[in-house]
Amino acid sequence: MNDLTRNQKCEMFRRMVTIRRFEEEVKRLYRAGEITGAIHLYIGQEAVAVGTCAVLRDDDYVTSTHRPHGHCIAKVFDLKRTMAEMMGKATGLSGGFGGSMHQFCKDKGFLGGNGIVGGGIGIALGAAFSAQYRGTDQVTVCFFSDGAANQGVLYECLNLAALWKFPVIFMCENNRYAATTPVEKSACTKDIAPRAAPYGIPWAICDGNDVLDVYRCVSEAVSRARAGQGATFIEAKTYRVEPHCGIIADERNKDELTTWMSAAQDPILRFEARLLQEKTLSADDIKAIREEVEKELEDAVEFARQSPSPTLESFATRRSQSYA
Amino acid sequence: MRKLTYADAICEAQLEEMAVNEGVFVVGEDVDIAGGVYKLTRGIMERFGPKRLIGTPVSEEAFCGLAVGAAMTGLRPVVEIMYMDFILMAMDPLVNQMAKIPFMSGGQFSMPVTIRAQAGVGTVEAAQHSQSFEAWFAHTPGLKVCMPATVYDAKGLLKSAIRDDGPVLVIENRVLFYEEEEVPDGEWTVPLGKAEVARVGTDVTVVSLGYTRRKALAAAAKLDGEISVEVIDPRSLVPLDMATIAASIRKTGRLLVVHEAPTRNGFGAEIVRHVIDECFDYLDSPPRVLGGADLPIPFSPSLEKACIPQETTIANAIREVCH
Ligand SMILES: Cc1ncc(C[n+]2csc(CCOP(=O)(O)OP(=O)(O)O)c2C)c(N)n1
Ligand SMILES: [Mg+2]
Repeated sequence: MNDLTRNQKCEMFRRMVTIRRFEEEVKRLYRAGEITGAIHLYIGQEAVAVGTCAVLRDDDYVTSTHRPHGHCIAKVFDLKRTMAEMMGKATGLSGGFGGSMHQFCKDKGFLGGNGIVGGGIGIALGAAFSAQYRGTDQVTVCFFSDGAANQGVLYECLNLAALWKFPVIFMCENNRYAATTPVEKSACTKDIAPRAAPYGIPWAICDGNDVLDVYRCVSEAVSRARAGQGATFIEAKTYRVEPHCGIIADERNKDELTTWMSAAQDPILRFEARLLQEKTLSADDIKAIREEVEKELEDAVEFARQSPSPTLESFATRRSQSYA
Repeated sequence: MRKLTYADAICEAQLEEMAVNEGVFVVGEDVDIAGGVYKLTRGIMERFGPKRLIGTPVSEEAFCGLAVGAAMTGLRPVVEIMYMDFILMAMDPLVNQMAKIPFMSGGQFSMPVTIRAQAGVGTVEAAQHSQSFEAWFAHTPGLKVCMPATVYDAKGLLKSAIRDDGPVLVIENRVLFYEEEEVPDGEWTVPLGKAEVARVGTDVTVVSLGYTRRKALAAAAKLDGEISVEVIDPRSLVPLDMATIAASIRKTGRLLVVHEAPTRNGFGAEIVRHVIDECFDYLDSPPRVLGGADLPIPFSPSLEKACIPQETTIANAIREVCH
C-alpha cells in the first residue's frame, strides 16, 4: 500500500502484536484462575481488526461480538482498562459490569461487544442511521462472523441499509467456525459476501490474514460510506486459531491448525516478513516493538491486578439510576 | 378545558416533544403514511417531514435494533410497534440490548428509547392480536413499563417516557384510541412511577391495570351504597408506586387486582406479593387477582368477552373479597 506511511504501518504492526500478546496473556491468566467467565480469544484474526480500525477515526463507530478483545484493542487501544475489565475491576472499560464480552468505550465510538450472536447488527444499523440523521460523515463498522451470518436480523438490516443508503460496513470475519460447527455445515454458499448482492450492496472478499488487503478493502468501503454512497459488505477469510471458548474442547483437524499458523499464513508473521522485505522496519525495530508491547502488557496486567473491584455502592447507584 | 381523543393525545405528546428536542424521531411500520394505521402519528409528517417520521418495512428486530444504536449515539427514538404481539420479533433488542447496555457499559451509555406498543382485548382480532405482555417486560430489569388508561395519561406518560434517559415501554390501549375526554389546555406530563387514586373509597382497594380501570370504576359505581370501593390505577408498573397502594390497603384492609392479561404469573401476583410484604398486618381478607383466562383469546365475540374481566365479574369479585 503506497498511501500508508511508515508510521502507520509500524502502528498497525504494533497493534497486531499487542492483540496477540494480550490474548496469550488472557489465556494464561484464565488458566491461572485470575480471569474467569466465558473467554473467546481472537488469536489468528488480528489482521481483520487492525486493518479495519486503521481506516477509522476515533469518532467512527464499531459494534463487536462475543469475541471483542481484538476489535476493542484496535479501536480503543487502552490495554490497562481492557485488562481490568477482563478481571471485573472498577477501573475496567465498563467499570467491571461487563467483562470480556461487554467492553464498551463511548469516547472512542466502541459500541460494545455482545453476548448475543448477531446482537450488534441492529445496533450498527442504528449508529449509521444516527450519523446520517445528524448530518455527520461518521461511518460504522459492524463486525460479526460466519455463525452470525445466518441470523435473520442480518438480512433485515441489509435491506434497510441498502434502502436508506446507510454509511455502514458489514465486516464478516469468516473464521471457518461457529463454536464447533464448520462453515461448510452451516452455509449453503461457499462465500458469504455475495449474499449482499441481491440487496444491491457492493461486496468484496479479502484475505483476512493480510492486514494490507483488509486495509485496502475497508478503505474503499469507508470512502464510499463517507461520500454518502451507502453500505458495503466485506468478507474477510481468516481462521480462529484457539478453541471457540475457554470451556469448549477443540476437536478440529490438527493439520488445518498447522497450516493456518504457519509463517505463510499467520497474519503477524506475514506482515512482519513483508515489513522486513520492503525495508519499512529492520529486525531491530521489530524487536524493539515487541519489547515495548511486553512492557505495556505487563503494566496493564499489574494495573488490573492492583485495581479495586466495583463496590456494592457503585452497584446501588447504578441501580437507582436506571433500575427502579 | 377541551375534548381530546386518546389517539390525538399520543400525537400531541410526540409533536410537543419533537418540537423541543431535535433528536426525537418516530419510527415504525406505516407511521409515515396518512398518520399511521390508527392515526397515532397524525400531523407529524406535515410539521417535521420524513427525516423524523420514518416508515419502515416489516422488520421489527431491525428497527428496534436501530433504536438502540441511535440512542447510544445521541438520538431519542420513539418506536411504534403496531400490535404488541409483534414485539416478540424484537425481543433481542428490547431485552438483551436496550435493557442491559446502560448497566453493562458501566453507565457510559444512556438509552433514551420509547417503545409504544398497543395492546388490549375487545377488538375481536383473536389470539395473535390481543395479547397483554406487560408482565414479561416488567419482569425484565432495565425496562420501565407504563399503561395509560386515560386520555390525560396517554399524553402525560408518553411525554415523560420520551424525556426519560432509559428505555420505557408505553403500552397503549387500542380499545381506547377514539375515546374522548375533557383535558386541560396546553402542556402537562405525568411522572413515571406515580399511581392515581381514580376513586376514593373505604371498604376495599381495587388496583386496575389499563382498560380495566374503566370497568372497575363502573363496577364501583354500581356497588355504591353497598360497598365503598377505592380504585387505584398504578399507571406505571415499573417503577411501581407501592406507597399509594399500601396507603390505601392500610385504610381498607382489602385488595382486588384486575387486569386483562392471563392471571397465571400475571402482574397481579406481583402486586399481591408487595402487599403481603408491606401491609400483611392490615389485611382483613385474602387478597385476590381477577385476570384474564389462562387461554389464548378466542375469536368469537362472546367468547372473547368471557375471557377478560367485565363490570359484572369485577363487581362479583369485589363482593367476594369483602365477604
Ligand atoms: C443468539 C445466540 N445463539 C447462540 C449463542 C451461543 N454461541 C456463542 S458464540 C457462538 C458461535 C458464533 O459463531 P460465529 O458467529 O461464527 O462467531 P465466532 O465465534 O466465530 O467469532 C454461539 C452459537 C449466542 N451467544 N447467541
Ligand atoms: Mg465464526
